[in-house]
Amino acid sequence: MKDIREDIAWAKINQDVMKSLENPRPMYWVILFFAALVLAVGIGCEVYQYRTGMGVANLDNPHVWGLYIGTFIFWIGMSHSGTLLSAILHLMHADWRKPIYRFAEAMTTFSLMTAGLFVLMHLGRLWQFYYAVPYPNERWAWPNFQSPLIWDAMAMFTYLSSSVLFLFIGMIPDIAIARDNMHSGWRKKLYTLLALGWEGTDRQWRNFRMTYLTVACFLIPLAVSVHSIVASDFAVSQQPGWHVTSFPPYFVAGALYSGCAAIITLFIILRYVFKFEDYMTLPILKKVVRLTFAIAMVWTYLNCVEFASVWYSHDAASKGVLIQKMTGAYAPFWWAMIFCGSIVPLIFAVKRFQTNIPVIFATSLLMNLGMWLERWMIVSPTFSHGYYPWTWDHDQWPSMIQWGIVFGSFGWFTLLFMVFCKMFPSVSMYEVKEMVYHRSLHLKQNGTPVEQTVEQGVH
Amino acid sequence: MSKRHLLALYGDFDQAEAVVKELRNTKITGFDVNDDMIVKSPIEHPEVEKFLGEKPVYVQWFTLIGAVIGGSLGFLGISSAQANFFMQMKGGKPIVPLPANFVLTYELFILGGVYITVLGFLICSGLPAKRSPLYNAKVSVDNIGILVKAEEAAVAVLKAIFAKHQAIEIQEEAGK
Repeated sequence: MKDIREDIAWAKINQDVMKSLENPRPMYWVILFFAALVLAVGIGCEVYQYRTGMGVANLDNPHVWGLYIGTFIFWIGMSHSGTLLSAILHLMHADWRKPIYRFAEAMTTFSLMTAGLFVLMHLGRLWQFYYAVPYPNERWAWPNFQSPLIWDAMAMFTYLSSSVLFLFIGMIPDIAIARDNMHSGWRKKLYTLLALGWEGTDRQWRNFRMTYLTVACFLIPLAVSVHSIVASDFAVSQQPGWHVTSFPPYFVAGALYSGCAAIITLFIILRYVFKFEDYMTLPILKKVVRLTFAIAMVWTYLNCVEFASVWYSHDAASKGVLIQKMTGAYAPFWWAMIFCGSIVPLIFAVKRFQTNIPVIFATSLLMNLGMWLERWMIVSPTFSHGYYPWTWDHDQWPSMIQWGIVFGSFGWFTLLFMVFCKMFPSVSMYEVKEMVYHRSLHLKQNGTPVEQTVEQGVH
Repeated sequence: MSKRHLLALYGDFDQAEAVVKELRNTKITGFDVNDDMIVKSPIEHPEVEKFLGEKPVYVQWFTLIGAVIGGSLGFLGISSAQANFFMQMKGGKPIVPLPANFVLTYELFILGGVYITVLGFLICSGLPAKRSPLYNAKVSVDNIGILVKAEEAAVAVLKAIFAKHQAIEIQEEAGK
């Protein structure tokens, strides 16, 4: 099966993608409406928490970290998919990434923005956030540079700003196309400004290629370091259940896994909403599904490693936390995590389900749920089974305010993402043209005639 | 002397390559094939580089400098802050702990590298820029454009070469 048809005219590629900026299916507006609604709930909860105090979040001692931190890790993890699809597969010359990497990169950017908000919400005192910023001051006080929390802040800033630049640089040729095709108005002015005067000269392409490659090379170790550092927030502590050597690779695998699952979900939504059936094809979806399955199995393996290392460590407290996860108040969620994260992906091993869109969509949602539960199960159970026995009867259910803010974050992400896809080309036009060109060139060299269609232009 | 700009559009790379070859092989007074010719294409095309000949790219030097500066300044900045952080109890531990500082140095190494690479890209590509007087939107669709700058005397010869290779369109505008 072909990843993409080689007889698509280049002009048609421009037209189809440009249409997505103006004329999506009505479902787009439905999604946007619900996202705004959910976001409004989240904002309402945050305003209430801000005015009333952190008590309404139901976070206390020993439950100092809750859904906010769990969801923070979830969003950070989600961001890794963009790096995987755009940077890693770019270096591996995987051509099939070309029609879908743009939205994955956008996903990276917006999920990092969402993750950053959770740090602020968790702090509670938003007006004192600047304390975390290192700057010379009359108090002669600095953040503790030895703390993974400060590493985290720096890593996130680096990752977010680098991802935004990577996304923007990769989009310049497409923004130039949008500039050339848009009728006059504010959008044309915006595209003209953002295209920076791009004309596709040989000099520009030469430097573009080197820049894109170089930034991709930087992004891969950066992505790994970001989630390793998030893992260090837990692993360098003394808390039972967190002090595990395998946490950094476990976190990175989990991040790639949840990112891939989210890519599948958004792939299917964008394909339908923006009528991208010719570009986001089933063979490409099949490749993403197989990749996700492989990563799911790596994650499952690392889960087993973690359980085994805790079990055989003879550390009674860590073992206690593990047993409590399996049998205590959090057991339904822990088993749901195992089911959604390790059992559900087995569906992808069956060949006929690898291109069955309703099954894939439902599976990807369950996997996302599993990965969110995983983060919650990392953070919360530990606090109700710490070293001190007084913590052992302190199971705690998150308040409605916490839930509201967590749901709101999904609305925030969806809103940003969908607005982006309507504002900017979510399929990379110039790279799809390259893909079509190389494919038809390959066929020509092998003596196979490229099918001619009425719509075909000069290429 | 005032120069004039010509833009010829072609439907495929083979035609554009043939034009460039002919321009290289023909001696035209008032036109320097190396300095006065720009090829515009809708995709990043290795063939363009082949027929134009390899030209140096300097972006990677910006990367190196950016990364080294980012890492060095990061480490120095953090170390200076730690050396001034008198209210933090050190408890006999080093004032500047190398393993802990490695993480932040690494992040700033990447941050510097990425930022200066992007700056290098803008400088080396001449961006942001005003579009050239003979920009044609078809170049962003599927045409290859050959933009030349030549003295008045050379224009007729250039036009003839463009026409000979079946240019889809030839645009002309007086330069400054």
